[in-house]
Amino acid sequence: MDYFLTEEQKMIVELTRKIAREKITPVVAHHDETEEFPWDIMKLLAEADLFGVYIPQEYGGLGGGVFELSLVTEELSKVCGGIAICYAATALGTYPILLFGNEEQKKKYLPQLAKGVRLAAFALTEPNAGSDAAGIQTLAKKEGEHYILNGTKQWITNGGEAEVYTVIAMTDRARGARGATAFILEKGMDGFDFGKKEKKMGIRASATRELIFTDCKVEASRILGKEGIGFLVAMKTFDASRPGVAAQALGIAHGALDDAVKYSRQRVQFGKPISSFQAIQHILADMATQVEAARALIYATARMIDKGVKDIARESAMSKLFASDVAMKVTTDAVQVFGGYGYMREYPVEKRMRDAKITQIYEGTNQIQRNVIALNLIKEAAKGK
Amino acid sequence: MENIKVILEKCTGCKLCVKACLFNAIEMVDKKAVIKDNCNLCGACVEACKSQAIQISKKSAESRLSGRGSEEKDLSAYKGVWVFAEQREGKVIPVTYELLGEGRKLASLLQEELSAILLGDKLDGVPSELIACGADKVYFASDPLLSHYRNEFYTKVIVDMISQYKPEIFLIGATTTGRSLAPRIAARIKTGLTADCTGLDIDTEKKILLQTRPAFGGNIMATIISPNHRPQMATVRPRVMKRCAKQDSRNGEVINVKPQLSGEGALTEILKVIKVEEKVVDLQEADIIVSGGRGLGRAENFSIIRELAEVLGGAVGASRATVDAGWIPSYHQVGQTGKTVGPKLYIACGISGAVQHLVGMQNSETIVAINKDPNAPIFNVATYGIVGDLFEIVPLLTKKL
Amino acid sequence: MDIIVCIKQVPDTASLHTLKINPKTNTLMRDTAPAIINPFDENAIEEGIRLKEKYAGEVTVLSMGPPQVEKALRDALAMGADNAILLSDRSFAGADTLATSYTLAEAIKKIGKFDLILFGKQAIDGDTAQVGPGVAECLGLPQITYVRKIEIENGKLRAERTLEDSFELVEAELPAVITVTKEINTPRYPSLKGIMKSKKAQITIWSLKEMSIDSDRVGLEGSSTQVIRIFTPEMRLKGEILQGTSEDVVDTLINKLRERKVL
Repeated sequence: MDYFLTEEQKMIVELTRKIAREKITPVVAHHDETEEFPWDIMKLLAEADLFGVYIPQEYGGLGGGVFELSLVTEELSKVCGGIAICYAATALGTYPILLFGNEEQKKKYLPQLAKGVRLAAFALTEPNAGSDAAGIQTLAKKEGEHYILNGTKQWITNGGEAEVYTVIAMTDRARGARGATAFILEKGMDGFDFGKKEKKMGIRASATRELIFTDCKVEASRILGKEGIGFLVAMKTFDASRPGVAAQALGIAHGALDDAVKYSRQRVQFGKPISSFQAIQHILADMATQVEAARALIYATARMIDKGVKDIARESAMSKLFASDVAMKVTTDAVQVFGGYGYMREYPVEKRMRDAKITQIYEGTNQIQRNVIALNLIKEAAKGK
Repeated sequence: MENIKVILEKCTGCKLCVKACLFNAIEMVDKKAVIKDNCNLCGACVEACKSQAIQISKKSAESRLSGRGSEEKDLSAYKGVWVFAEQREGKVIPVTYELLGEGRKLASLLQEELSAILLGDKLDGVPSELIACGADKVYFASDPLLSHYRNEFYTKVIVDMISQYKPEIFLIGATTTGRSLAPRIAARIKTGLTADCTGLDIDTEKKILLQTRPAFGGNIMATIISPNHRPQMATVRPRVMKRCAKQDSRNGEVINVKPQLSGEGALTEILKVIKVEEKVVDLQEADIIVSGGRGLGRAENFSIIRELAEVLGGAVGASRATVDAGWIPSYHQVGQTGKTVGPKLYIACGISGAVQHLVGMQNSETIVAINKDPNAPIFNVATYGIVGDLFEIVPLLTKKL
Repeated sequence: MDIIVCIKQVPDTASLHTLKINPKTNTLMRDTAPAIINPFDENAIEEGIRLKEKYAGEVTVLSMGPPQVEKALRDALAMGADNAILLSDRSFAGADTLATSYTLAEAIKKIGKFDLILFGKQAIDGDTAQVGPGVAECLGLPQITYVRKIEIENGKLRAERTLEDSFELVEAELPAVITVTKEINTPRYPSLKGIMKSKKAQITIWSLKEMSIDSDRVGLEGSSTQVIRIFTPEMRLKGEILQGTSEDVVDTLINKLRERKVL
């Protein structure tokens, strides 16, 4: 389907696709196997200026938006969802600075993040606070011009590899949802350590670690915006990054679809390629339709966000919900099309299924997304719209 | 487009020319072929057209008798077949014997003499060896400055010889030396040079050299002539032509040429020659080659290739994919951009057989292919094919030999 | 250091699938091969840019061909080259290596100032490897071929040449002509900023008129070789696939090779 991309967007897609095909494809299995962080690939993407597609030109970026970020994420995910998330998670960690940073903070961090010289990560989740984000327990106690941070963040993507971290901590428990603050931290600060690297089902190229704060001294100048707006920062960040996660799911699904179509033409049973059997054809047709529907939803949402539409929470949730559910279904179907070979690690499709699962869970579980959508519908109905 | 035209009345609109054009320079307009601006006059369409509807006008080329570049307007002053007798460290390299073998054939067809051009220093015994191998004359330039190939000195000496003795044909082996030297000579005397020929013949009617060579990565063959310039020069692919027969009783003449050289003419200086660390059997000289491809999976697995090669007393070759992946140094690479080999036995293990690899080894006498993919193109050229797991077959073969 | 890199746009012969011949017409059946920068020339462009980054200066890419070659020149600019010149004229068509060398050399003389000229080792369509040395001869410059490493020291160039079974370290005074192998470097991808810049860049185009050169030394007129025939190569006769267990096939193979006196 033609989405009428601009010249610049087509260029971004072409370049990303080229790098993905030529440089990432040969090492996908290696990174899945060894769980080694793909620094070489990150370097290539940085040199190609891809890290800055969504960052304004005045800070060294290309001046694009969420749509461009999604396009890159999608192309990378077609080849490897794990390597793609290393790229996309940096954007997640950068958005708080982009949206809420003051001029000084932007000038300090954005140029390097745009150049891909440093990676970023976003830290909200804790062992006891997943969907219940307001239940975070990491405390930032004010002491003069500093805050002392204590607590643990869990399952942080790029944890340990990134150098810049945007962390949400409680500064005033009494104020509940208005008592959190967002801080910019850097790797190497005293009292900021990392836990072990998690062993995951999928997206194994990406690094997932605990962040451990032990009396970590943080200057007040590291606050994003002001005290008390931490959850607002998180919410706005997710709104902007959600199409990116949806794009990751989309890419994984599309890759699985391509694999399945190709295989069905090669595999001969009963004297014919299995692509000639209606059962297979129907599976493929459904897969393709779902993938295209997911794409249309994501692109439309991304365009809306970039055009400045304020009220996008519902569409944003829909695109993430739909794309991730599609990814899970499509990858499972792809394994089915491959039959026995689909189950074997030698073939690329089981990895896609393992990679797809997380997209239904992180960045707000699909259950939370449904809550958001439903509440939004009801609220609108209540307003008599 | 000048120089090429489609005779519209003859054009049937069959589109064979469109398919044959490797530059996408032909399109159909109103069911007739139209040649676009990016045509580079290679002639593939002329050959493909069954109605002879395409013509390349060589009139302007043929009517030029000026022979610009050859000093004489009269080309008949050029006589004789010359071959460059390349030597390294005092020893004549094998391609020279192939050139003498082929040169003999051409000289006989033209009823002219075969001469060898030898440059070097302290090469006792070599001229007589060249005569034994078929040279009627050996033009020998001896000088310390010529002991090792240096482009500016070799070019000057040979160009002087050509001006003086006027050969009709000059063949040079397509080695790294030959492919660096020949174009320099050809450009200086402004004559035609065809690279990497795999076939040579004489058009006895026109008495010119027909030079056939692969192009487009081996996807097509082209026959080329140099009608108006002398000498007609060609570099010849090693391991393709038949070697000369050696006859110690042959007689011939050695003409000592005094090279006009001075150290000041040096444009480059060789500082050092670095021999390769491992004992490298020159792939192009090996009689048996065992080659490994992407199917090996890892650099370490080249060990099973090496073991088989050792047991057979052969050399180790590699596909481009393995070299690009860094599994093995590039001087093992066989193929269009690697080395061309023609051993008695070539065993391809885990190599799919892309055209670019095939052009490098399809002249091997016997080809054995081992690959787990029954549709691998390598099986199209293999004398014996085994569809199986190379990790099983190759060690088994090594064991049994 | 001012560097000139000569490049050629070629059909991607590596993407041409295994030889398929239409048995009825005996012509080559092949897919459309996209036009790309000759891969060895990409190595040359990359080396030029690296040297420029190290020693300061400018990289000019030069190519001879029809208007569509502009795309190849823009790709080179996107990688980081500074200037691009296209030699384009109907009379340049049909040039063999002699005519091409002359035309490129004249363009280089017109450019005037340069320290180094880089070429890829060979073009993957013609496979001759003759134009680099040809241009060196027309300009009367030293040439070093099959180079896998370049170093500049005190205005002199040191290059490592790859020979059949050894390497040679050669020194030459600048300016010089070098042809490079693909081992010399890994060409970079263009950056997005580079691509956008290259889209707006001005490519200089020189036709025969601008170059004031001998019109009978260019193109078909200036060629000393002619192609008289193009045909598809003879297909090697298909052999046999050995059947049986691994033990069986290996035994059979050894027997057959012994019969053929190969072993």
